[in-house]
Amino acid sequence: MLVRFWGTRGSIPVAMSAAEIQRKLVTALVQGAGRGLDTEDKARAFVERELAFPIGHTFGGESSCVEIETGESDYVLCDLGSGARRFGNSVLAARGPAGHRFHIFMSHLHWDHILGFPFFMPAYLPGNFVRIYGCHDTVEAALRRQNSAPTFPVDFSRMGARIEFVRLEPGRQYEIAGLSVRPKLQRHGGDSYGYRFERGGRVLVYSTDSEHKQDDPAEVEAFVEFFREADLVIFDAQYSLADAISIKEDWGHSSNVVGVELCQLARARRLCLYHHEPVFDDERLATLLAETQRLEEITRARAGHRVEVLAAYDGLEIAL
Amino acid sequence: MQLEPKRFADAIALFPHGRIDHATADDFRAALTPHLASCRAGGDRLVLDFSAVEYISSVGLRVLILASKQVKKQGGALAVCGLQPVVREIFEISRFNLVLDVFPALREALARLSPPARAAVDTV
Repeated sequence: MLVRFWGTRGSIPVAMSAAEIQRKLVTALVQGAGRGLDTEDKARAFVERELAFPIGHTFGGESSCVEIETGESDYVLCDLGSGARRFGNSVLAARGPAGHRFHIFMSHLHWDHILGFPFFMPAYLPGNFVRIYGCHDTVEAALRRQNSAPTFPVDFSRMGARIEFVRLEPGRQYEIAGLSVRPKLQRHGGDSYGYRFERGGRVLVYSTDSEHKQDDPAEVEAFVEFFREADLVIFDAQYSLADAISIKEDWGHSSNVVGVELCQLARARRLCLYHHEPVFDDERLATLLAETQRLEEITRARAGHRVEVLAAYDGLEIAL
Repeated sequence: MQLEPKRFADAIALFPHGRIDHATADDFRAALTPHLASCRAGGDRLVLDFSAVEYISSVGLRVLILASKQVKKQGGALAVCGLQPVVREIFEISRFNLVLDVFPALREALARLSPPARAAVDTV
């Protein structure tokens, strides 16, 4: 499996301001002064190897959308946030307008997870097949409503692809598009569902928009089991732990601290922080990643297990 | 978990120890709860001296925040002090240092919460 992130931001898509871009450029130019960066190759190598991530890159601002490349011809996605727009366009650019099959797993139907669908061009083109899976009974209604007046000018009925909706049951195992898939109910306003994907002995867990109150040992154990020995856990770490259990309690999100603990308990191999807080800039997210890696380090001996900690960014690819 | 309360004038200091995690958080909560009722406006101040706490997980931190919420509602004052380096880092990473009153040591905590208690600790 190859996991490719098309959208990693939580709640609402964001874009860098002109001032933020200027700050990166100024910092980079100062750091590169006197380094003889007189060719594109030298400059690119400097940016990629020597600049800190928040200076030379960005975590991006598209909302939730993750692709799972299985090695088969069908496309598999999790969620239809704004990242789905760029994904759809890349498919069309690389492979032409028609003949594509998409399998899309919906965590839930909040705006940031569906707002890419009206801009998902393959859905408008005859000859494509889009099958959308979810545990809510309102997936089709929500997507039809979004693609209709007064919220959108092009009605759902104008989408030319063959579009189907498939309701899944949490806790059941399914075989879909070459993947073994198991959904799990999560705590979030209106409910959300995580997905555990398995293929060829590799395990990916997609668990976003999930609040962990930690007040019920059985619930904790259920998530440990859901994450058990996963090669990668994509985890909602939008809030600090203090916020998640105080002023933002019941807002439906989790923290980096709980992510580390659950992955340690589950003996997962990698934790990927996801659904980033929209008010955080790149420096703040880089700090969050460094702190989370430090937390894993200082608790590793106690856990008796190492978890590699990453932070998702738009464009990140992880091979499992 | 025994918290071995010590009174300093109008303040009570509690001394949890060891690890506060999934296995022990319920014991910690049970031991802490009886001390919360008197921590109210005009009542006792409460200090949790963490100098013997080696580790605290999110479940343990949740116990602290719930205790802090209860005490605030009652108009009382609760502080934490004496964090070991690892626990201090966990507080910082979880941002608990921003939502709880944290002091380097018991004397500083008592000095902020209650001058009479600060004076009393010097006589011990």
